[in-house]
Amino acid sequence: MLIYEHSAEGRKGAPQAPRQKAPLTGIPAHLLRPESAALPQVSELQAVRHYTRLSQQNFSIDTQFYPLGSCTMKYNPRVCHTLAMLPGFSGIHPLSPATQQQGFLACMAELQLMLAEITGMAAFSLAPMAGAQGEFAGVAMIKTYHQARGDAMRREMLIPDAAHGTNPASSVMCGFSVKEIPTLANGDVDIDALTAAVGPQTAGLMLTNPSTLGVFERNIESIAKIVHDAGGLLYYDGANLNAILGKTRPGDMGFDVIHTNLHKTFSTPHGGGGPGSGAVGVAKRLQAFLPLPVVTKDKDTYRYLTEVDCPQSIGRLSAFMGNPGVLLRAYIYMRLLGAEGMERVAEFATLNANYMQAEAKRRGFDLGIDNRRASHEFIITLKQVAKTCHVSAMDFAKRLLDMGFHAPTTYFPMLIAECLLIEPTETESKEVLDAFMAALEQILHEAHTRPQLLKEAPQTLPVKRLDEVKAARQLDLRYK
Amino acid sequence: MSEIPAELKYSKSHEWVRVNDDNTLTLGITDHAQAALGDLVFVELPETGAELMADDAVCVVESVKAASDVYMPVSGEIIEVNEALNDEPEIINRSPYEDGWLVKVNPTGNELDDLMDAEAYAAILDE
Amino acid sequence: MPFIPHTEQEIADMLEAIGVAEIENLFDEIPDSLRAGSLNAIPEGLTEMEVSRLLHQRARQNSTALCFIGAGAYEHHIPAAVWELCARGEFYTAYTPYQAEASQGTLQIIYEYQSMMTALTAMDVSNASMYDGASALAEAVLMAVRADKRIRSGGGAAKAGKVASNPPARILMPTNLHPVYRKVTHTIVHGQQIELIDVPFDRQTGSTDLAQLEACAGETMSAVVIGQPNFFGQLEDVDAITDWAHKNNMLVIAVVNPLLLSVLKPPGQWGETGADIVCGDGQPLGAPLAAGGPYFGFLCCRQALLRQLPGRIVGRTEDLDGNPGFVLTLQAREQHIRRSRATSNICTNQGLMVVAATIHMAILGAQGLENTAAACYANSHELATRLSALEGVRLVFNSPYFHEFVLQFEQPVAAILTALAARGILGGVDISRDYPSLGQALLVCATEMRSAEDIAAYVAALQAVLGQALEGEYPLC
Repeated sequence: MLIYEHSAEGRKGAPQAPRQKAPLTGIPAHLLRPESAALPQVSELQAVRHYTRLSQQNFSIDTQFYPLGSCTMKYNPRVCHTLAMLPGFSGIHPLSPATQQQGFLACMAELQLMLAEITGMAAFSLAPMAGAQGEFAGVAMIKTYHQARGDAMRREMLIPDAAHGTNPASSVMCGFSVKEIPTLANGDVDIDALTAAVGPQTAGLMLTNPSTLGVFERNIESIAKIVHDAGGLLYYDGANLNAILGKTRPGDMGFDVIHTNLHKTFSTPHGGGGPGSGAVGVAKRLQAFLPLPVVTKDKDTYRYLTEVDCPQSIGRLSAFMGNPGVLLRAYIYMRLLGAEGMERVAEFATLNANYMQAEAKRRGFDLGIDNRRASHEFIITLKQVAKTCHVSAMDFAKRLLDMGFHAPTTYFPMLIAECLLIEPTETESKEVLDAFMAALEQILHEAHTRPQLLKEAPQTLPVKRLDEVKAARQLDLRYK
Repeated sequence: MSEIPAELKYSKSHEWVRVNDDNTLTLGITDHAQAALGDLVFVELPETGAELMADDAVCVVESVKAASDVYMPVSGEIIEVNEALNDEPEIINRSPYEDGWLVKVNPTGNELDDLMDAEAYAAILDE
Repeated sequence: MPFIPHTEQEIADMLEAIGVAEIENLFDEIPDSLRAGSLNAIPEGLTEMEVSRLLHQRARQNSTALCFIGAGAYEHHIPAAVWELCARGEFYTAYTPYQAEASQGTLQIIYEYQSMMTALTAMDVSNASMYDGASALAEAVLMAVRADKRIRSGGGAAKAGKVASNPPARILMPTNLHPVYRKVTHTIVHGQQIELIDVPFDRQTGSTDLAQLEACAGETMSAVVIGQPNFFGQLEDVDAITDWAHKNNMLVIAVVNPLLLSVLKPPGQWGETGADIVCGDGQPLGAPLAAGGPYFGFLCCRQALLRQLPGRIVGRTEDLDGNPGFVLTLQAREQHIRRSRATSNICTNQGLMVVAATIHMAILGAQGLENTAAACYANSHELATRLSALEGVRLVFNSPYFHEFVLQFEQPVAAILTALAARGILGGVDISRDYPSLGQALLVCATEMRSAEDIAAYVAALQAVLGQALEGEYPLC
């Protein structure tokens, strides 16, 4: 039932608004709205009950295991939200003078430093509002760097075929063309293909390490050398930073630019699909190009750097300062963990993933990439069972929902057929991992004995399987 | 097994070409291609009058989970597009070789000879 | 261990199952030369008590002054229920609704949000939100360019990389739009050879001058952008500009404040046929100021531009039993499928902020939003009248404005603001640097949150400040 269906004409008088409508004298009639907007008219209780009920139709980390590969669905500590919503933070107008927001700016300055330390980069900007915007900023900095050196013919970005779709999309937004680099069956980048691809047209290479295939790129030093020798720069997609926190640093691997996903690695809430934060870090030679604003400290006072301070910046990406509320939550989380806690993140995320991978093999599943260490995630391929039993990875995913688990990422990376990309994160206990693996094994059994159970799943959720074809052909995008 | 009419020419990227009596060409995607894409929900057609080279993208066909470019098997000018697909892209699923044609082309190149016949196309599908 | 549940026994059992002796062995594929040392710059971890103490202390270092700043972020009352509900773990800790059957709550809220935004704007479709108002404007510009057949190569699908050989696309961008929105748009679109052409404003009214626009008649421009109200708070003659643009084969991109749309003419009704693309920042609908975000951008358009609309879109459909349900639809436009050919690289929306906005609109209803907007109007006009009555203060523009206005001073605005801040008043935004032609200019806003006492306090403080010799007493900042 939609909120509109609870509405009744004349139900008004919300105590959250001024009692009367003041006259709008002075505005010409032709600039005014002729009739009220068609919004629902409900009581506060109706709204609260409606949205509480809707919340109950969601899976979430707080209610279910959510092993969504590449998304790092770890526990979001409650205290991060509580403290970020303190009036002293939530009430700051972004254009109030720096002297009026010293406490907030101090947190941001420290966050920049901590991120630089963890990633091995020289400097950070917190401006990008999501991972994809961080990518855009990073790629734009690569472009500006080459242009500033009078090296403007570098128009091609190299991207492994295993990369997230945002990588090529961000490159095209910056005006680059994209060349795909193949991946070997063992999960490493095809070095021969890379060597053949680089040249005076190469602007850079975008790489996720560990890759989206859930393995560490062992040849990263050679790759960095090949790209750098050709005059290109190395971009690090920080999607999988959780796997290496405190263990190895992108800056030490040779990367020149990095974006981090604070909503993954640093546990800010995913909020049903955002807001995120895609803070970008750079090596020294790119520092001048960082997006604005950046927080700095003059003597004892914090302030924002602007275009006056940073004339070579790629510019601004948001009206104010990215997503400060998200940044603050990440800051609080990092302070809770400390250096030791961060290393443990990588250790236990990796332990959990490798344990599940071993269990998967033991229980008869085929691994996407065999005989490798898993990073913080790993891949099961259901190609064989799909062939024998005519069930798909999607059917497995839907059946898992029936068993009270959120499904892993399906059909990504595209290189591996009928795949499930599984990322447990460090905050899940062995009991939960065992229960999930037992469920997967049961579904595998069902695929052979009662495949209908998979095809007709889910049966226990608010809706059964939804018709996406009908949704796309007969578009219904708003209440009429 | 998908249907492969004997009288048509085929490309490796699963387009078919019919040579019409007036030497214009009709272009579409094969039965194999429509089956691989699944239920189509949208077709982005070119403007008539557009002049394209062989291997240029001419249309985009979309299913719920995939979007795929359709490439020009030959160089030429677009002289007609199948407007019916705007409202009913599923025609391609139903009738890929007849009602589900995409565009008509006035060819300007001679790449037609490079295309496969039905037998050769069937062979690559078997690989 | 903080947030890690493993017992020693479990760790041992897991390592045995994997077949390694210790956790460290799991990192043996990382070359030794790349192993990190200790993270020196990271402080030791804190307990929840310690981190709370630290953050309360930091919070106290921020201002509690009375806020008369607007300029794209506005202090409004947010119903208590909004964030109580948003903080429910089922909203707060869910992710993108890719598994539709397990995400009906989030999906239905987005559908309701799309319904409410199209109602407010009188447009055909809305997406599930963008990052913020400024980046939404950049995406609107990219949409308008993609939709402009005159600057695309002939085929149905311009190839990536081919775009560069086409003549640059151009967009008319009035200088009375938010200066940072203009900067952000430039940052995001200039890589695609899109030129943003400045259109000056009328010095008397502060609004876009039709005579100035007329100089561009007949030129190939993809769109004209209109802010309603514009950055100065002034109201534009939206009907005339819309009709002019359409007559000259340009699309109209409206940049609007969604709260004010409860009383201002919706863009879908501007001129003869309405605006084509509508965007703006959703902050006035339930998002706290929070030092600049997270807010959300909204982006709506007419049906004909739907395929160009970037970002997530939710559609209503049916399940196997024919019951209604919601899914993400039209996903083949997006980066995870289309990759380099996607409409945008955008991946997330500002999900949680959309939940807040939807609940905010549901609780307030049209009447609540109208009363709020009207109170902003009344307060701002009261304040403007009283401030501009002071000696040495004048209202710069002489035409209708909504809830922001520009004052001009004889003394440096920076010094005035510093002096006001010392008296507990955040007096507005100094726009002298962005608009040198306006002299010492201050942009001021009073929302429904400002009481009669607050307004009187501002007037008294300014009067006192202007009576002092500013430069000597307060350093210019």
